[in-house]
Amino acid sequence: MELSKEQIREIIARRVAKELHEGDYVTLGIGLPTETANYIPKEMHVMIQSENGLIGVGAKAKGDNICRTSINAGGIPVTTKKGAVFFDTATSFSMIRGGHVDVTVLGALQVDQEGNIANWMVPGAFVPGMGGAMDLVVGAKKVIVAMEHMAKDQIKILKKCTLPLTAAHEVDLIVTERCILRVTDEGLVLEEINPLFSLEDITSTIEADLIIPDSMQNIAA
Amino acid sequence: MKKIISAADAGKMIPNGSTVMIGGFLHCGSPNKIIDEMITQNIHDLTLIANDTCVPDCDRGKLIVNKRVKKAIVSHIGTNPETGRQFVNGEIEVEFVPMGTLVERIRAGGAGLGGILTPTGIGTVVEQGKQTIEIDGKKYLLEKPLKADFAIVYGTKVDKYGNVYLENSTKNFNTVMATAAKTVIVEAEELVEDCLDANHITIPGIYIDYIVA
Repeated sequence: MELSKEQIREIIARRVAKELHEGDYVTLGIGLPTETANYIPKEMHVMIQSENGLIGVGAKAKGDNICRTSINAGGIPVTTKKGAVFFDTATSFSMIRGGHVDVTVLGALQVDQEGNIANWMVPGAFVPGMGGAMDLVVGAKKVIVAMEHMAKDQIKILKKCTLPLTAAHEVDLIVTERCILRVTDEGLVLEEINPLFSLEDITSTIEADLIIPDSMQNIAA
Repeated sequence: MKKIISAADAGKMIPNGSTVMIGGFLHCGSPNKIIDEMITQNIHDLTLIANDTCVPDCDRGKLIVNKRVKKAIVSHIGTNPETGRQFVNGEIEVEFVPMGTLVERIRAGGAGLGGILTPTGIGTVVEQGKQTIEIDGKKYLLEKPLKADFAIVYGTKVDKYGNVYLENSTKNFNTVMATAAKTVIVEAEELVEDCLDANHITIPGIYIDYIVA
């Protein structure tokens, strides 16, 4: 099954949005995780926290609404929602590290069956730095990895990450366009699958040991 | 009353080889006029402490492109490919610090603390060479305070007492950096005639030495 990049991103972002609840404070990573915000039901009150110092991130600012001092962590001018607050980086990371953020959604280069995540560097090739990712993964109550199932032909869901870790044993849920995996004390549980893919399509593209329940749900659309 | 100087005066104050904290998150809330003067006046061999190295043609990014930084202590360089190029080629030293740890290390430096204990970085390369301390069964990293010779920060509105108001997301690292350097210079977007409302001040003037206006 070949899906376009747009289809993949939509499947993932839509599904991640279903993990959010009324009243949640949520920090979204740059890129695909940010798209989750597009699928939060309008009637649901969710406050998005941006690590650069804002709670209540609204839509991307356009035209006359653009204010150069109102940006998100990606440097994009954003509007603010009712009840928004601006604060400094120390306050922002007290929220993040201190366990006040309910959910963080981040991308990953690799994840593994122990809940380890690597998303900040490929030695010698790609060294952007960790930014706020290490604090977010350690501090948020729930850590969701939202990522494409594979990187070209490379397997990303491993027994043990080979790239430098962002944090150890912190991931709770992995959402890809093919499946949903939950990290438990017993191991990695395959909870939902995308019916566009066979079980073989999924298991052959995951290196990690999987716990496969007798009945599995389809990824909720 | 604080001394009001020009951006050029501020630039002249900074010797080569200084450790300099510069406020800003990407292009937001950065003291650009002073950075431009640092480039004009050929200040070099700096140790830069900042959140990021911005983009190549903007703010702190210009110091990188013009090769004025020998070491950067930052959380992120991904938006400035030139920093990445210099790093991979060994032309610049980069110490990567998680953003929350970076800001707390600076806060510790300014607040008279001997360091901070954080769970961030445990089980990663950030832990290497550092002391870990277990408290009530949980492991923490001991991260040491950061201080600088100069902190160069931005202010949306500044009064003659050095009190600073920072609008929206310009607060970022400016607030803590103002506490952690021997000499602190604020670049005022607007210098107000009288004084700011005592209830609407982001950085109290006690931390500020000079105002650039």
